[in-house]
Amino acid sequence: MGMVLTAVAVLLLLALVFGALLGYAAVRFRVEGDPIVDQINALLPQTQCGQCGFPGCKPYAEAIANGEAINKCPPGGETTIQALADLLDVEALPLDGEHGEEKPPMVAYIREAECIGCTKCIQACPVDAILGAAKQMHTVIVDECTGCDLCVEPCPVDCIDMVPLPVTTRNWRWDMPPAPPLAAAERGAA
Amino acid sequence: MTAQIRIHDIPGGIHPPENKAQSTTRGVEQPPLPARLILPLLQHIGVPAEPVVKVGDHVLKGQLLATAQGRFSCALHAPTSGTIAEIGPAPYPHVSGLHEPAIVLDSDGEDRWVELEPIADYRALDHVTLVEKLAAAGISGMGGAGFPTATKLLSRPDHRIETLIINGAECEPYITADDMTMRHYPAQVVTGIEILMHVLTPEQVLIGIEDNKPEAIAAMREAAQHNPTIRVVPIPTKYPSGGEKQLIQILTGREVPSGGLPADIGVLCQNTGTALAVHDAVMLGRPLISRVVTLTGGALERPTNVQALIGTPISELLAFAGLQRERLHRLVLGGPMMGFTVDPQAPIIKTSNCLLAATEQELPTPPPALPCIRCGLCAEACPAQLLPQQLHWFALGKDYPQLQRYNLFDCIECGACAYVCPSSIPLVQYFRAGKGEIRAIEQQHTKAEQSRVRYEQRLERLQREAEQRERDRQARAEKAARAKAAREAREAQEQQTGAATEPDLARVKARIPTLSPEQKQLKIAAATARMALQKAQKQLNANPDNSDLQAQVVQLEQAHAEAQQAFEQATSQEDT
Repeated sequence: MGMVLTAVAVLLLLALVFGALLGYAAVRFRVEGDPIVDQINALLPQTQCGQCGFPGCKPYAEAIANGEAINKCPPGGETTIQALADLLDVEALPLDGEHGEEKPPMVAYIREAECIGCTKCIQACPVDAILGAAKQMHTVIVDECTGCDLCVEPCPVDCIDMVPLPVTTRNWRWDMPPAPPLAAAERGAA
Repeated sequence: MTAQIRIHDIPGGIHPPENKAQSTTRGVEQPPLPARLILPLLQHIGVPAEPVVKVGDHVLKGQLLATAQGRFSCALHAPTSGTIAEIGPAPYPHVSGLHEPAIVLDSDGEDRWVELEPIADYRALDHVTLVEKLAAAGISGMGGAGFPTATKLLSRPDHRIETLIINGAECEPYITADDMTMRHYPAQVVTGIEILMHVLTPEQVLIGIEDNKPEAIAAMREAAQHNPTIRVVPIPTKYPSGGEKQLIQILTGREVPSGGLPADIGVLCQNTGTALAVHDAVMLGRPLISRVVTLTGGALERPTNVQALIGTPISELLAFAGLQRERLHRLVLGGPMMGFTVDPQAPIIKTSNCLLAATEQELPTPPPALPCIRCGLCAEACPAQLLPQQLHWFALGKDYPQLQRYNLFDCIECGACAYVCPSSIPLVQYFRAGKGEIRAIEQQHTKAEQSRVRYEQRLERLQREAEQRERDRQARAEKAARAKAAREAREAQEQQTGAATEPDLARVKARIPTLSPEQKQLKIAAATARMALQKAQKQLNANPDNSDLQAQVVQLEQAHAEAQQAFEQATSQEDT
């Protein structure tokens, strides 16, 4: 009988000690925020275009963390989907066409002669990449523009075009050579 | 003579046919002055230069055309006298065939120099002044990469440069520009080296020359005889011993760390052509406006080397060397291993060392690539000890992290692997494409990060503004509430005691002088009269000869004076 009591007492003591330890660790090593959201957000292209149906990349990252599909980001395209799939260990789905198609990088261009200086595009720009003031001509800071399209819609005189980024010798890239043919044996089998 | 320098070996390497003899028989020739020169603003690694001339300006030979923009940039000078015809996109020697901004200069045929400022005794100058002189002369590395020389000399101010290596290896087949530079300008090259020594104060200077250039070795030995610090070191002929990292390894036995600079191990490497340009800049005061270019290949009647002005169109140099158009199969800028196909309209720039007009036999169209058989010859040939075969698989699978893990960025793109590949797989193209992709992805990440920061800052700003508006609104509401309370209190008081409002009224009255209705009318009359008078005076100023107006003005003046007087009387009566 004494043995049983001792065992119960020892186990109780152990439970208390470890409980206290866990409780302390939970307070001491508390993780601020949700790190997975930041990791997802770091993979998104940060165009803040809202094509995914969320009001920016961070909200979409939060939604993905809560189980939203990972294939709703057209600017990120296949690369982003693949990276998200690797991070979250889920299957890489093809891009959801409903939210748009993958396009080459674009930048907004304001036809300055037609601009009436209404500042509507400035208010729409999620990254403050449009420079101008009321009744003054506006212009786009090309290096800051994410090509999100959000300024095109509000323009009352339709003077904003989305143009592809110009290719120069400095951003030109070599093409991958075409994939080699199958080995002769495989060709014979095919 | 001091102790023999120990020669080390590099891993891998190949021995392609040299084909150098054709172009060394005619010395360094002077081609005719071109009628039109194309001077791209980007002839070096880094930021394009900024033009300081306008279209229509007349410039002299050696005059500054464009200034360097920051440290990673290079000034540009007029190679001959003439008129600026155009500033804008022009053909550019690049593998893409894209055009680049350039200054187009129409030569006037006089070839008249601007006043030059040679330095009589460079030893009297400190190294900062000398480096500034080199920067002002627009010198960038002439071996191929085009790194601004002044910046390279200052690249690691905290590292002591123990060994200065002068690269005269010139390992790539067909090219003989450095060979001819050393044969024909040995004294100038050595003076250039001595100037670099004055800047860097190295313990030893090694001139590495492949042993297939006995004339250059002899010429350099003789020119450098007087200086025991400078040693000419013949090295075994093997491609790519002329790569910067490879030559350093051959001459010192030490490897440049991955991702590092030669300066990290106390070594600095300069091309022989650069040494010549340094001599010209300091001793003659001449900026870099010309360079030795090899014109070679089976499609040329008389392969040779020329002292070509920077900006000379390639087609004119080919015509000088007797291009046989029907035999030309591929026109390559650079050598057969690392060169690229170029547009003959493009000009020679500071980094162009060779034009290879190859026939079908010399550079045959490569047979279609076959699958990799994993023979491993490429890994044996790689001078950087990489695994080209593995890299090629990763590139095919677009596995960029794996490419980086296998040190893709240590690849010097020498082409030895593709040369030995029995399946003729264009390995280097895979690596170039892979590097391009990785750089683009990194750039995207940087941009995404920048956009994220800007987006968050914008949100913060909007929030701040909203809070400020809210605070303002509350402040206004409070003020209105206070004013209302005060008014209500006053009204309540007024109802209680009629006289209690008097102090307030008195204060208001003291501030605004009250006028009786009669006085008000007088004031209005005076103001009307003044207005009428002013209007008439203005009309009179416009037509001074009009006598009617003159009379009118006199009348109005009188009327105004009367009205004013009446008003003043009325008010003064009130006051007294």
